[in-house]
Amino acid sequence: MSADLIALSAAQAAVALHAGEIDAAELFSAYADRVAGEQIGAYLWREEGNPLVERPADFRSTPLAGVPIAVKDLFCMEGVPSTAASKILEGYLPPYTATSIARLQAAGASVLGKTNMDEFAMGSSNENSGYKTVKNPWDETRVPGGSSGGSAAAVAAGLAPWATGTDTGGSIRQPASLCGLVGLKPTYGSVSRYGMIAFASSLDQAGPITRDVTDAALMLKYMQGKDERDSTSTGLPDEVELPSATDLNGKRFGVPSTIDWSGVQPGVKAVFDAAVERLTALGAEVVEITLPHAEHGLSAYYLIAPAEASANLARFDGVRFGLRSEGEGLTAMYENTRHDGFGAEVKRRIMLGTYALSSGYYDAYYGRAQLVRTKIADDFRAAFNKCDFVVTPTSPTVAFKVGERVEDPLAMYLSDLFTVPMSLAGIPAISVPAGLATPDGAAQAAPGDDGALPVGLQIAGPAHSENALLDAAFAFERATEHMPAPWER
Amino acid sequence: MIERKDVEYVARLARLRLSEEEQERMARELGAVLGYIEHIEELDLSGVEPTSHVVDLVNSLRSDEVRESLPREAALANAPEVVDNGFAVPAAGS
Amino acid sequence: MSQNTATEYEAVIGLEIHVQLSTNTKMFCGCQLQFGADPNTLTCPVCLGHPGTLPVPNEKAVRYAIATGLALGCSIAPRSMFHRKNYFYPDLPKGYQISQFDVPICSDGELAGVRIHRAHMEEDAAKNIHVGESGRIHGAGRTVVDYNRGGTPLVEIVTEPDIRSGAQAREWLQLLRATIKQLGVSDVNMEEGSLRCDANISIRPVGATELGTKTELKNMNSFRFIERGIDAEIARQTALVNAGEKVRQETLHFDPSTGSLTSLRSKEESHDYRYFPEPDLVPVAPPAELIEEIRASLPELPLEKADHFENGLGLSVDTARFLAFNAEIGAYYQEVLLEAGADVDAKRTADWVTGELVARIGADADPAESKVTPVALAQLVTMVGEKKVTNAGAKTVLDRLVESGGVPEQIVEAEGLAAMGDGDELAGIVDAALEANPKAVDDMKAGNMKAIGAVIGFVMKQTQGRADGGEVTRIVREKLGL
Ligand SMILES: [Zn+2]
Repeated sequence: MSADLIALSAAQAAVALHAGEIDAAELFSAYADRVAGEQIGAYLWREEGNPLVERPADFRSTPLAGVPIAVKDLFCMEGVPSTAASKILEGYLPPYTATSIARLQAAGASVLGKTNMDEFAMGSSNENSGYKTVKNPWDETRVPGGSSGGSAAAVAAGLAPWATGTDTGGSIRQPASLCGLVGLKPTYGSVSRYGMIAFASSLDQAGPITRDVTDAALMLKYMQGKDERDSTSTGLPDEVELPSATDLNGKRFGVPSTIDWSGVQPGVKAVFDAAVERLTALGAEVVEITLPHAEHGLSAYYLIAPAEASANLARFDGVRFGLRSEGEGLTAMYENTRHDGFGAEVKRRIMLGTYALSSGYYDAYYGRAQLVRTKIADDFRAAFNKCDFVVTPTSPTVAFKVGERVEDPLAMYLSDLFTVPMSLAGIPAISVPAGLATPDGAAQAAPGDDGALPVGLQIAGPAHSENALLDAAFAFERATEHMPAPWER
Repeated sequence: MIERKDVEYVARLARLRLSEEEQERMARELGAVLGYIEHIEELDLSGVEPTSHVVDLVNSLRSDEVRESLPREAALANAPEVVDNGFAVPAAGS
Repeated sequence: MSQNTATEYEAVIGLEIHVQLSTNTKMFCGCQLQFGADPNTLTCPVCLGHPGTLPVPNEKAVRYAIATGLALGCSIAPRSMFHRKNYFYPDLPKGYQISQFDVPICSDGELAGVRIHRAHMEEDAAKNIHVGESGRIHGAGRTVVDYNRGGTPLVEIVTEPDIRSGAQAREWLQLLRATIKQLGVSDVNMEEGSLRCDANISIRPVGATELGTKTELKNMNSFRFIERGIDAEIARQTALVNAGEKVRQETLHFDPSTGSLTSLRSKEESHDYRYFPEPDLVPVAPPAELIEEIRASLPELPLEKADHFENGLGLSVDTARFLAFNAEIGAYYQEVLLEAGADVDAKRTADWVTGELVARIGADADPAESKVTPVALAQLVTMVGEKKVTNAGAKTVLDRLVESGGVPEQIVEAEGLAAMGDGDELAGIVDAALEANPKAVDDMKAGNMKAIGAVIGFVMKQTQGRADGGEVTRIVREKLGL
């Protein structure tokens, strides 16, 4: 019975709940029991009660009817520990709830717990959590990706039907790719940022990490919307539809000829090439495009994001909330608190960002990065004159080994090579499972092959093209052989 | 690339205490990252307008209406140190 | 360097004025603004800088900033942005202040000969209260922060260095204050900190065009202290330079009780504020129609008012400026005029307000808050004009009004202060006066009209001041055939 409940996707569960075929409290318990015993470090906090038993009226007659959800620890929830996986926020209980989470709750989602992540969303492996690392359920010696690694691992391990993530330079898409899931970064401004602990304000966007494209559409439907508490929010112009496309007739997919494949594992490249063939088979036209500035995206990103972060993280000063480490005088208190509270990667980015903004360097670094950002957005605008969507691999590699890149920040940063340009341009992009590769990334693999690891296809569209993007991803998903997730095996 | 004194200065600005060893390491790591980043110097970006926002919005304002504030206990609930209903810190220089 | 004749120096002064806007709510959140509320009762996650919170600008504050700019003759930027100004201090909850940087909403204005460099929007800091030695385990004194004030909308006005003396700074600031008061965008109360002023001061030899090294005089909280503080600093700099020393760039505090200037300990690092565009906020781009609408709704401003008082009502320059630049007194004066009606003598009314009334209640008091209603003063001035009460009688009436309010006609009646008309009663008293002062009569007849003083004195004594001096003179001349 419990296994049958876990087998349902979020959308399927919602249908079954509305039909009275399953019981919402039992569904919640089925997941909560698994969460209580989880060994992969996916959760930082779990709900110990059962809201469906305690407050059934809150869920009756809602669209999601109590479907459980995991929430990345970057989202504030009133009275619930919200730490962004940082020691500096240990014990912090926010006095308010993030708009996007409040919306999902109002739509009837019931929160199972808060998922682990890279501290303040800074990282691509989840090894930067201030509390514990997360293991990839496909291979527990490997990372799940990051920064939404806990969310991705939880969904891949059947510890939640779906989870919220946040994406600043790839933090939804890359872990989704490394865990064989669907991850959608919506158009900047679609989902309110209010209550999402800020990393880089001009890039941060919340979105779904799900088992399939339909669930991604369903979560987006109830997350998105203009919010009067976020003056950069716009919402999406059209209602989000559940996808239904079965072919891609008349759709043009652009493949950037400017991709430097030298840093991409051959297995990933092979899965990508096969994926492009499937697009053609579905009726799509594949065209060559150029994104001449995309290769500079990482540079621009690693100036803009740390610069904004250096200011966003200034509020963690030991005065109003969170950790305080005393010292002789005010400055010493600040310096000790931030020394003790922040992890190495966070310090590195604060330093990088402060440096890029400091007197004498602004024009060469931050100012210049803003210009590169303009060029990257222009590149996409030009590309979308020639195609409806741009496709790339989501990540240059399959999930790597825990510890493999921690000593080399630059190598770690290269994980975001393909995802960062879309973030800089503010356009939507989705990662969809495309196939499997051998654990060393050397070659394509088939379902059932020993140790095979998932590879994602990234599809990006123009701003506010979410419905079309979800439809395209849905058609592609249907044409792709199902790869059983760890929880299914 | 980036000198120790720069690291010290920036750490001071950012209110980060770094041990000798951390400074050493920071100089090395930031140097490597900046070395990669500096390729953007080669781009011709004359006449390009900077992008600080990707949303095409202006005048996102709210009306001047009062919203309920937090009860004081809630405002102070997360504070590490409270004195006289306020957030206490080591004495700030004038 | 020795000189035979001392070089003459002139001071070069620029002002930076922070004006708290009198909106209902804070700049970026819906917390109510209220001076003197219990500490930390007017805060929310946004103005406490909680993780994940975002600012949303107050539309009214933007309007007020535009109105301020227009009143100061500024151009309004078609598109301006907010920036983050980064530094750590406990009164700054986010670790940065949201301000404006390269494109302020208002720039390039002028008010009474002083050019306005810029006026921009920003948020106020919270209030640090030093509680001194507390015997706690961690170090000695503590600072306690009250975030009620944090996030109050501010307009910061920066002038060009066009001011030359403390007195000029004071008078100009009074005009600025009256202008903003008239706009209704701020309480401009210096004691409560809704108007705060810093001055940048340097000196240079008269005739020189280069600027000398400037010092910054911080946070002077009354007009009087501003004048005194600036003059003290000019004197200090002049003495330094005359002694062959150099002025050091520093920030100073003026202690009005001792008249001394003390150097504030400079912050521990250079001011590297790392300004960058605030990514949480989109640009402010006021439509031209909005700017015109605000321009059209501007009230009559003090400079125009002074002009109207002087050239329209015939007041002296000094009285006109006094009334126009002292917002509350000027407003009261206009009320009185309105109540008194078209025929009243505006000059006489002005004398009664700026002379008699202000002398009784003090120049810093708001006459509207006194017991003398504009209706009452209008009635009194009208009665004087109609000779129903003499000047002396009217002053007594005003004393009563200031003490306990009331209606002038009733006070006149109750106290028997009505002026005597030209009837037989007054003629009879004049007869008696002439009879009692034969020497004065002789003197007058001999051409010395000064002698009439004794006669008038007699009449006034007899009538307890109710007689009109002019009328007495007329009757005396008539009776003596002069
Ligand atoms: Zn507030």
